[in-house]
Amino acid sequence: MSEEFKVEIVNPEKSFLSKEDVREVVVPAFEGEMGILKDHISIISFLKPGIIRVYSNSEENKYFVEDGIVEFKDNNLSILTSSIYKVSDLDKNKIDQILKDAEKESSDNNIDDQKRYLIDQKIEVLKNLSLN
Amino acid sequence: MASLDDLKKRISSVKSTQKITKAMKMVAAAKLRRAQENAEKGRPYSEKMNNIILNLSSGISDKENAPKLLTGTGEAKTHLCVVLTSDRGLCGGFNTNIIKKAKQYFQKILKENKILKIITVGSKGYDQLKRQYKENIIEKISFKDSKNINYFDADKVGKIIIDRFEKKEFDVCAIFYNQFKNVITQIPQEQQIIPLKSNEEKETSSNSSYEFEPEEDEILSNLLPKNISTQIFKAMLENSASEQGSRMSAMDNATRNAGEMVDKLTIQYNRSRQAAITKELIEIISGAESL
Repeated sequence: MSEEFKVEIVNPEKSFLSKEDVREVVVPAFEGEMGILKDHISIISFLKPGIIRVYSNSEENKYFVEDGIVEFKDNNLSILTSSIYKVSDLDKNKIDQILKDAEKESSDNNIDDQKRYLIDQKIEVLKNLSLN
Repeated sequence: MASLDDLKKRISSVKSTQKITKAMKMVAAAKLRRAQENAEKGRPYSEKMNNIILNLSSGISDKENAPKLLTGTGEAKTHLCVVLTSDRGLCGGFNTNIIKKAKQYFQKILKENKILKIITVGSKGYDQLKRQYKENIIEKISFKDSKNINYFDADKVGKIIIDRFEKKEFDVCAIFYNQFKNVITQIPQEQQIIPLKSNEEKETSSNSSYEFEPEEDEILSNLLPKNISTQIFKAMLENSASEQGSRMSAMDNATRNAGEMVDKLTIQYNRSRQAAITKELIEIISGAESL
């Protein structure tokens, strides 16, 4: 029996990624990282900034997301996000730019705790990325 | 009758107009293809978003504490209308159709003694509405500078709407745009986005029980603002495809009309030239005869 399921990542402009032969997807869910395998229970959750890892039979891909929603149902994983980048496409300049924006945002004192938490997360992830 | 010179000038001026309209048609056709592709690419996102929200809202147990964006404020006194139009003219009835649709809605609301507030997106809509509804327009937004439709712009509009909703400035929000059906037909649409109207609610399979992480209402309150931006983005995409389609057919018509006019003027030109020749001949002949 195959252990594969389908994943689809869409952003508002287009369908970003669609894959049929995925074994595992790890998403940065709001309450912690979450790995999804085949026959996972139906779930809806939303994402915090972090790295999505998609493991298929042939390769492993990483994507950086800033926010989004995941829905898993009948072995279909949909990820809706407004900003997503493939990690291998991100170069130093791009990371620095996103990082700068995030830091600017976090210096604003009028944001609530949840937002601050999300931005801090984003900065941390980006810093890790730029180290590698 | 106009002199030969005048006719010649007119023919050449109509011809150059025809060249312009033809070029505009070509440009619109090229842009239309891209806009149409974008509109199609953007569809999965908004559809999925809608599905998730439907699933969520059918699963929500505590209707009274549900987010206001979903259920509304319980009143329907102040209406906010977001009218999405283009920034450029020369696109046939495109803007007029949206405005017409919107005006019907406005009149209905004003008749019921409700308060009307308008946000216009795109400068053409503002131009057409300012005469009649100047005091109702609370904001005008234009994305003249951004070349392509992007989600970022839609998000800006969405944030403005949500901001105003949280300040309790309105109860019901509707958006107006043109839905792209094909190149010659665009249907002006009126869509209510706050509170969310879910007319397919009965069809959702309620047996799909989901696990939620975190709680339903928390996801919902996070998701609904995004959904508004998404709906606006969808409307903007549809609008841009419609605009190009509408411009293309309008320019096609204009080119054809110019062609007809050139034909007519050419015939007139030839006739009067012939008349002048005949007249000269008669003069010569009668001059020779009198000798």
